[in-house]
Amino acid sequence: MRVLHYGEIVNKVASLCQEANYDLGQDVISAFEQAVQTESSEIGKGVLHQLIENANIAAEDRVPMCQDTGVSVFIVKLGQDCHITGGNLYDAINEGVRKGYEEGYLRYSIVDDPLNRKNTGDNTPSVIHIELVQGEQLEIQMNAKGGGAENMSALKMLTPSDGIEGVKKFIMNTVKQAGPNACPPLVVGIGIGGNFETCAYLAKKSLFKPVGERHSDPDLAKLEEELIQSINALGIGPQGLGGTTTTLDVKIETAPCHIAALPVAVNLNCHASRHKYAVL
Amino acid sequence: MAPLKLEVPFQDAAVIKKLHAGDQVLLSGTVFTARDAAHKRMAEQLERGEKLPIDLTNQVIYYVGPTPAKPGQIIGSAGPTTSSRMDKYTPLLLKNGLKGLIGKGYRSQAVIESIVKNAAVYFAAIGGSGALLAKSIKSVEVIAYEDLGTEAIRKLEVIEFPCMVINDAEGRDWYKESQAMFKNNDN
Repeated sequence: MRVLHYGEIVNKVASLCQEANYDLGQDVISAFEQAVQTESSEIGKGVLHQLIENANIAAEDRVPMCQDTGVSVFIVKLGQDCHITGGNLYDAINEGVRKGYEEGYLRYSIVDDPLNRKNTGDNTPSVIHIELVQGEQLEIQMNAKGGGAENMSALKMLTPSDGIEGVKKFIMNTVKQAGPNACPPLVVGIGIGGNFETCAYLAKKSLFKPVGERHSDPDLAKLEEELIQSINALGIGPQGLGGTTTTLDVKIETAPCHIAALPVAVNLNCHASRHKYAVL
Repeated sequence: MAPLKLEVPFQDAAVIKKLHAGDQVLLSGTVFTARDAAHKRMAEQLERGEKLPIDLTNQVIYYVGPTPAKPGQIIGSAGPTTSSRMDKYTPLLLKNGLKGLIGKGYRSQAVIESIVKNAAVYFAAIGGSGALLAKSIKSVEVIAYEDLGTEAIRKLEVIEFPCMVINDAEGRDWYKESQAMFKNNDN
């Protein structure tokens, strides 16, 4: 049994929040650089250059790359032989968010109630998913998820007869409707299967994986590639100003589902795909 | 083509009529910030017949909720937010003299029609480039609704703030036109 103190978690979470917002991952920067080479639109190329320059400024000046510093979403893998002392894990993560956002001059983007809408003033509560795993480590994955792309995301309960064609059609329609609103070039996270809530979680979870990495299942990898091609043929382009780079990547996660069901969730991420990872 | 340099607020309507969908522009002068909560409050004030805290005549509103400024900074990151959330309130503000809108993303048909009717213009800035765009902002002052925090109305002095004309006073829509040029399938 390993003992891990509350304070260690707080500090690690705080630094993850700041790094996510200041340092765009190399996976996304490489995807921008590659897209500059293949983009057909001159305006589109200009947008991509501006995004690279913006990422450089953010990293050098230690300022957020985007003013929407997001909802802090965590996927935490807690080893069952890791014992946390000094307080509970949820509180530690929220305290880390509070510290990270305040000390990092990040924006507070959470309201306490969806209808009354008073800002909580510290960007908490965060969204926390905890998975129990073997071992004695605590793995923390953090994603600063912007509101614009989240608003254009969608879930639909398709049925088995809709099949793969129905799934593709729903994905394409969601991306088309999002257009410039979701800040393309996008990362498109897709959940297929599970039940209503699992499906949404699968889509979100897929966005934590590095941009450019294909699914380990060859059939799903092929479907990801096919969707990348179809989405980039839509013409939406960087920022919706026309072009051939509408998405940087498509990620799919699947799960078993009911005999009557074929749920599909599309969780859009803007180009600021801010995911960071740490192990304690 | 070199970007057009424009002074804001607009001095006269003729300037706006010369702007066309797809024009790249650099705005210098004063703009006001307002997003969801400030729009809701302005609309409520107008409905009650009250005077707004800012005179909208010939002005430009930038849809942004900046991050807090670090010590030594004028403003934190300050890129555009999604404009469609302001669609519900925009025709009312245009009717009250507002001439320019800066944000990102599609506008509703009602807004596009109101832009034509009121001889106004909608610009898009590059979403997600808030660190870069902040460099065009030279001063910032909270003017109204301070309790709204990041959503308060701020007066910004900008120099050569880069954006692009999306919806012009003739009813053209650059998103539609530019995307059609690169569409390459039947989806």
